[in-house]
Amino acid sequence: MTRLRAPWRGFRLGLLAFPAMVLASVLITSYSLVANVVGILLVPPVLMLTRGLMDVYRDLIGRWSGVRIERPYLPDPAEEREGFAGVWDRFVRLSSDPATWRDLAWLLADPIVVLFTAALPFYLIAYGIWGFGLAAGMGGVIAGLGGTDYYGFVPVNGDYANDPTRIGFTIVLATVFTVAGFLSGPKLLGVYGRWGRLLLGPTERSRLALRVQHLTETRSEAVDASAAELRRIERDLHDGAQARLVAMGMTLGAIEHLLDKDPAKARLLLAETRQSSAKALNELRDLVRGIHPPVLADRGVADAVKAIALDHPLKVEVDTDLPGRPHPPVESAAFFAVSEILTNAAKHSGADRVWIDLRYEDGMLRITVTDDGRGGATFEGGTGLRGIERRIGTFDGVLALNSPPGGPTIVTLELPCELSSPRT
Amino acid sequence: MRVVLAEDLALLREGLVSLLESHGFEIAAAVDNGPSLLKALLDHRPDVAVVDVRLPPSFTDEGLQAALEARRQVPGLPVLVLSQYVEQLYARELLADGSGGIGYLLKDRVFDADQFVDAVRRVAGGGTAMDPEVISRLVARGTRDEPLGRLTPREREVLELMAQGRSNAAIAQALVVTERAVTKHTANIFGKLDLAVSDDDNRRVLAVLAYLDRS
Repeated sequence: MTRLRAPWRGFRLGLLAFPAMVLASVLITSYSLVANVVGILLVPPVLMLTRGLMDVYRDLIGRWSGVRIERPYLPDPAEEREGFAGVWDRFVRLSSDPATWRDLAWLLADPIVVLFTAALPFYLIAYGIWGFGLAAGMGGVIAGLGGTDYYGFVPVNGDYANDPTRIGFTIVLATVFTVAGFLSGPKLLGVYGRWGRLLLGPTERSRLALRVQHLTETRSEAVDASAAELRRIERDLHDGAQARLVAMGMTLGAIEHLLDKDPAKARLLLAETRQSSAKALNELRDLVRGIHPPVLADRGVADAVKAIALDHPLKVEVDTDLPGRPHPPVESAAFFAVSEILTNAAKHSGADRVWIDLRYEDGMLRITVTDDGRGGATFEGGTGLRGIERRIGTFDGVLALNSPPGGPTIVTLELPCELSSPRT
Repeated sequence: MRVVLAEDLALLREGLVSLLESHGFEIAAAVDNGPSLLKALLDHRPDVAVVDVRLPPSFTDEGLQAALEARRQVPGLPVLVLSQYVEQLYARELLADGSGGIGYLLKDRVFDADQFVDAVRRVAGGGTAMDPEVISRLVARGTRDEPLGRLTPREREVLELMAQGRSNAAIAQALVVTERAVTKHTANIFGKLDLAVSDDDNRRVLAVLAYLDRS
């Protein structure tokens, strides 16, 4: 199948050379106008168009040759200056991005390169078909009208139509070209993919810049989140258990006084104190659950998810396949993500059933949560999905949401991690 | 009655020892970690074990694992598990072998010495003592569906107490009704849930728990 499809795909990649050539000349013209300011206004939008075309290339190469190419562009700054200063900044920023010049190199070089790589098989096949056409009689017509042509090394003139040797050679050559076209298709598409990665992929510098930006963002989010969490715990302890212990101490003092004077009243207060201590314990228990659920500490994320599934108001089925345990911070992030998604499902989806699948594949902890609700979930509108995405982002985790109106909703989490061997 | 006790906090361990001794139990061994608990259970074969879930050296569910392992080797060995928190997952694992002699209570329940000692005795006798919190969560989940939703509030109360492992007499006392009234309620409950009526307290509890667990 790929052998049959590759030449056609290569031909279509070859067609992209036309917009590429147009963009190349527009871009060069824009830069030549920089001196009279118009260029400064012109360059950024043209570059955006170029990046759009490059994205088409990356996408097609990724799908057709299997070579995945990341976007190499340096990230946009968080804030831009107003007015012309902003336009100027933008021009400078885009022009100083090494990826821009690699894009330009691609625009100029690819129309030639693609002819000898991805698009070549299609032309070989086309030439092969032309050969069959000549042998089938068109050669006779050309020669009969006094024309002269060559098919490969075979001259097509004179009495070509009555020369079986020349027609035989033509058919052999045509077959060779056609077969070569089909056979070389996938391979040349692969070569083209590597060429694409060479120019369209990120350089080490931009890869690092992107990585640094990601790390900076996720680090500050992680720090904010843990600070907020500590404040919440402090508040809970202060208003809850701590306050209750103070009250208990005071009641115990009162009991001490009452013990001789009014034993009946003392007994009453003692019972109250006991209740108070039970309440304090309850509050501490809830707090501990919120910080780090006991089952998560005992057994790891798989059993912890099973445990919340049992307590959940919806019918939740859990399927797990984890040969070991991820590092505790990853486990914790994964657990709270699932817990949040379950809460969402119960609150917003109108679902009756939820399926959770937890497994470890290709160095990833992969969790899929599916519900049979009404769908239409988005990242916006306080669904908490954005928060989950941020939290697992600290571990380079990603979240994918698939929730067409009418359902079902499928949330997929992927967290790169290593597993420790299971406890024995 | 001989007891093996496992609790890593010295203060609480001493407290439990003196509480049980004052109620006429004989402490065969009081240990503070998982491995020696398993050894003590297998060596002493006590009439009942009182076990904390979280124990050294790993400070995970070591006590629970030791108890489950001991019950695999000595089927029906009565174990009362104590914990700072109760988890349906663990309750399920404890009840899984269906042979009774199982208790699972919050540590706070020790505050009420009489009820706690009653629970220990019940477990030692092959009965069940499930924490009210486990049961109420089980029932809360079930009531969304038929036929648990068809029970009257009173019947649900009786069901919860029954699932905790209480006898008819104890249920009557807790709800301040006559034992005859309780018997009538239980008959109604078993009818509505389509369960076979059994006079044996223990089998009755297991049937109810299995029913709740199913949902």
